[in-house]
Amino acid sequence: MVKYYTSTALFKYTWDQVAIALWQRYPNPYSKHVLSEDVVHREVINGKLYTKRLLTKTNPMPRWGEHFVRGPRHICVVEESIVDPKNKSLTTYTRNIGMQKLLTIIEKCDYIQNPENLRTTQCNRWAWFQSSFYGFRRALQAFGVERYKSNVTKNVKGFNTTLEQLFMTDIPQQTKTKQKLTEKAKHAVDLAKSKTQPLLTSSSQLP
Amino acid sequence: MNSIGEECTNLKRNYEDCFNKWFSEKFLKGNNEDDCAPLFKVYQTCVKKAIKEKNLDLDCMEKDVLGTEFEKPPPPVSK
Repeated sequence: MVKYYTSTALFKYTWDQVAIALWQRYPNPYSKHVLSEDVVHREVINGKLYTKRLLTKTNPMPRWGEHFVRGPRHICVVEESIVDPKNKSLTTYTRNIGMQKLLTIIEKCDYIQNPENLRTTQCNRWAWFQSSFYGFRRALQAFGVERYKSNVTKNVKGFNTTLEQLFMTDIPQQTKTKQKLTEKAKHAVDLAKSKTQPLLTSSSQLP
Repeated sequence: MNSIGEECTNLKRNYEDCFNKWFSEKFLKGNNEDDCAPLFKVYQTCVKKAIKEKNLDLDCMEKDVLGTEFEKPPPPVSK
C-alpha cells in the first residue's frame, strides 16, 4: 500500500524569478539538513533545460527504528527537472537513492504561473511514500509522511528566503526614496508655516 | 552550497556564477547558446570522480524517470 500527500504553495514572485531562484536556494537558514548539492547532468533539448542534481541530506531515523535498522547517517536524493521558458512551466521530480526498500519517497512539483494572478507562482506538489520493510511498513510510511510535511514547510520558507534575497533589493531604495519625499514634504510644510505664522497668530481661534 | 567532493566546491562555484548569469540573461529570454560549457566540463570531471569514490549507486542515479514510463502517475483524487 502506498501513502500519498498533496499540497499547493503560492510564491508572491513571478515564474521567471522562481525559476532563477530554484538554482540558488541552497544554502538557506532552513536547509541545515542539506549537506551538499551538485549538478550531475544538464542539457538543452528543443529549448527546454533538462537538469539532474544530486543532493545529500541528513537521515534521521525514528528512535524505535534505530534498534532494528542500521541506516546510513546521510541519504542521497536525485532531483530531475525540466524548465520550459516558452510555456512557463518548471517541473521537478525528486527521489531517494539507496535505502529504497526501507522507505521510498518520490516528490513531483509543478511550478506554474498562478492563473488568478500571473505575477505570482503556484507550486503543486505530489508525494508518494512506500516501504517494503517487513513488519514496519506502515510505521515507516507514517514516519516518512510526518518528516516530509515538516520538510515541505522548511522547503517553502527556505525558497522564500532565497527569493527575498534575490529580488527584494529594490525595497531599501524604495524606502529611502519614500523617506526623502517625506522629509521634503515636511520641510515644505515647515517653510509654509513659518511664512504664514503672523496670520496664524492673529487668528488664534484655530483649533 | 558545498559539493559532495570538497575539492570540487570552487569549480562548482565558478560554474554556478556563469550558469546563473546565463540562465537569467539568456536562457529565459530564448537564447540557448551555452556560455558555460568549459567550466561545466571541468566541474563534472571532478564531481563524477568524487561520486565514484563514495560508492554511490550510479545506475540508479543516472536513470531518467521524469517524462518517461517510469514516472509515477498523480495520486488518485480522494472523494
